[in-house]
Amino acid sequence: MTSLLNRIFGRRNKGSGATAKSRLRFVLHHDRINLPPERMEMMKREILEVIIKYLVVDKERVEIDLQQRDRSHSKLVAELPTAPGQGSPLRAQMAAKAASPDAMDANSA
Amino acid sequence: MAGRVITITSGKGGVGKTTATANIGIALASQGKRVVVIDADIGLRNLDVIMGLENRIVYDLVDLVEGSCQLRQAMIKHKKFNSLFLIPAAQTRDKMAVSPDDMVALTDELRQDCDYILIDSPAGIERGFRNALEPADEVLIVTNPEVSAVRDADRIIGLIEAADKGPGKLLLNRLKIDMVNKGEMLSSDDVYDILGLEIVGIIPEDELVLSASNSGIPVSLNLDSKAGMAFNNVARRMLGEDLPFMKLDAKPGLLRRLAQFFGGN
Repeated sequence: MTSLLNRIFGRRNKGSGATAKSRLRFVLHHDRINLPPERMEMMKREILEVIIKYLVVDKERVEIDLQQRDRSHSKLVAELPTAPGQGSPLRAQMAAKAASPDAMDANSA
Repeated sequence: MAGRVITITSGKGGVGKTTATANIGIALASQGKRVVVIDADIGLRNLDVIMGLENRIVYDLVDLVEGSCQLRQAMIKHKKFNSLFLIPAAQTRDKMAVSPDDMVALTDELRQDCDYILIDSPAGIERGFRNALEPADEVLIVTNPEVSAVRDADRIIGLIEAADKGPGKLLLNRLKIDMVNKGEMLSSDDVYDILGLEIVGIIPEDELVLSASNSGIPVSLNLDSKAGMAFNNVARRMLGEDLPFMKLDAKPGLLRRLAQFFGGN
């Protein structure tokens, strides 16, 4: 019934045109920075790996995104909510190293 | 005179560069301007057939840059307009026979006694595109409301800006307004949102464009044609007129829609 009314009153449905627009936005975003989607995910994972060495973050809520203002200006925006915790893994490692240099080697092995 | 060089390009092939070049050239000439259109697609000559001048070619662009003929000998006068000329591409050579510097030298000579020099660029981003881009004062990017054409347009826009020839303007070709109204095609607003360049013309899909290329009489000479009117409007905007876009977006009235509905359209 809705679609019949839509057809009679000429309402614009969300058709494949809207899909085309959102797909184009996605693909052009990656084209313009010359960074394909999967490589961007790799980058995000690596960034996160570095950060969690220093900070305890709530990994579920981490958002790292390249935002585009126009064709030639992008910025990397990261939201990294810190989780309540006892300091970073790195600090724990440093503390362990201070206590016993051998313990550090055991950790990294 | 200090003619302006306008390069018509697209990235993707088959979106209507040659059709646009022929029709805008005709429309500018019919406004009394002195115009030369250059087919820069060496090896894949086509502007001559679209303009109905294929029987008159003696010399071509490569003959000209190699010095085998005089400029006047390579300029083919249009049948209807004394102030419109075609410099055809060579058909049996490749794009390396012409360099970007050759194109600059040629257009600098043409600027002296023309109002407009339109260059029909080949598809792609290689040498032929570089040849067409180098002498440009302005770039017109032809695209269709379709994902691959818009993506390629975006790529070409990036290259145009990198060559300091930007920002360029868009010509949106082959818009099917019925499909846009059904939400099944990108609208001109969508294309503007995505590419962010000024749209200088919206050409509706029109079967008369094919009839026109069949007969070698560009559709801008047919004022019964919506596409023909739209191309004429592009030329008038280029000449500085502040002309609104044709009312393609007018939705049919309620009665018409009811008729369409019951007619199964």
